[in-house]
Amino acid sequence: MAIRYARTPLAMCTLIRALIFLAIALIAVPVNAQQPQTQPQTPSAAQAPLVDPDASAVKEQNLLRESPRIEGTIVIPEPRESVLIQPAGRAWRFFHEVLLHWIGAVVIVGAIALLAIAYLSIGRIRISAGRSGRKVRRFNAFERFSHWLTAASFVVLALTGLNMTFGKLLLLPVLGPDTFSRVSEIAKYVHNFVSFPFVVGLVLIVALWIKDNIPRKVDIVWLKEGGGFVGSKHPQAGRFNAGEKLVFWFALGGGAAVAVSGYLLLFPFYVTNIAGMQLAQIVHSLIAVFFVAVILGHIYIGTLGMEGAFEAMGTGSVDLNWAEEHHRIWLDEEIAKGRGPTPAPEASTSPAE
Amino acid sequence: MARMKFLCDADRCIECNACATACKNENEVPWGLNRRRVVTINDGKPGERSVSMACMHCTDAPCQAVCPVECIYTTADGVVLHSKDQCIGCGYCFYACPFGAPQYPQVSNFGSRGKMDKCTFCAGGPEVHNSPEEYAKYGANRLAEGKLPLCAEMCSTKSLLAGEGEIVADIYKERVVTRGYGSGAWGWITAYGADTGV
Repeated sequence: MAIRYARTPLAMCTLIRALIFLAIALIAVPVNAQQPQTQPQTPSAAQAPLVDPDASAVKEQNLLRESPRIEGTIVIPEPRESVLIQPAGRAWRFFHEVLLHWIGAVVIVGAIALLAIAYLSIGRIRISAGRSGRKVRRFNAFERFSHWLTAASFVVLALTGLNMTFGKLLLLPVLGPDTFSRVSEIAKYVHNFVSFPFVVGLVLIVALWIKDNIPRKVDIVWLKEGGGFVGSKHPQAGRFNAGEKLVFWFALGGGAAVAVSGYLLLFPFYVTNIAGMQLAQIVHSLIAVFFVAVILGHIYIGTLGMEGAFEAMGTGSVDLNWAEEHHRIWLDEEIAKGRGPTPAPEASTSPAE
Repeated sequence: MARMKFLCDADRCIECNACATACKNENEVPWGLNRRRVVTINDGKPGERSVSMACMHCTDAPCQAVCPVECIYTTADGVVLHSKDQCIGCGYCFYACPFGAPQYPQVSNFGSRGKMDKCTFCAGGPEVHNSPEEYAKYGANRLAEGKLPLCAEMCSTKSLLAGEGEIVADIYKERVVTRGYGSGAWGWITAYGADTGV
């Protein structure tokens, strides 16, 4: 024990000396190695600012060039929230609050004014030969159902849609904020739901009538003669004249466009992002405004503007003389098919019913 | 009256999301609605910046301009609030807002939107201050208690500042002078132009 105890300090001394040498060597090496790097830095580090953010910072101007949206990353599990700024909102606001108000007012009020002028200058277009008392079948029950389904839906959609743009200017001062909000909320839901019958009606109309609405040569003549509105001529037409065909194709194109853009808005973020929804709203409202104007014209000519026209969609049968004046080609085809007019009432003395 | 403002010092935001969390908790904001969020630009690249974004309580607010039922209003403190009783959930304020502030709960069929929800600057809504009805619809009304929005109060780096515009501007100006370089505030050049230095 004693020998071993005596040897230990000796061994420890050697170990300690070795450790000290090692330590000195280790310290010395990094010092030598670092010196060439640190020495040239010392003078400049004293003068430069602690951080130079401009060296790497995002410049606001660069980011704004990423218009219409500035997007980043976000940790919450909703990727759409990663849009930081969308300056396009300003353009949309300008459209909705300025352009749409003006375009809507000019187009719709303008259409009503034109129709009023037409009524005052041309007046109700009469059946020149007078009523014959003989009827020709023009639209069957299913055709009339399809038409009225679309028509009723359209009127509801137009009124509830116009409320979104013009309600706060026209209705809000009259109804007051609480009532107007309640009415508008119901109107929003009605607008959403009535879109479905409208689309169903539109599909039926297109399926039933597209074959009779293909443009033909007679349509050019009809258009050149102003559809008979100007002068007293009655240009010939098939089942539908060029004016009706224009309404048909407008209803098909415009209807499809408002339906697609409307469903994009009804299902937010299903298909589009915010830029797509802004565009959809612009397309939806602009087409809808022109649609209303076209349909106002359609309603005018079908009711006030022309004697004998409403019966076609009302009872489904028109007067023989009316058909002869406006749709001679169609009438001839119907007679050829054996679907001619009803016989004349007996000397017109006996009442029809 | 004071003009209330938010300011996010983009040089200080560390993307900890405490502001968003504090807001959720204080106002009991339902799942799926984000009154405040933190967006990171250039994540992982040189010049990465995080910005905490909520309703900026604009002067001449676009949401207010486009609302078809005019349910959005500006208080005397310059805070933009809205009435959930009058809101019809049409989504127009969301189309117009540059900052994505309006949020909608999905309440019925399709993607149909419920009543809009957004940052209230912790100032509640049109109901009686700090009434249970107000809390249920809009969350806390700290402003009525003399307190500032909790998101800014919670901010650990004081990146997010909220309060009277002039005081916020003074604090920020002092920071810029101390740093010795230009503005790190989000949207400074857009709001004040490149000529107005700080």
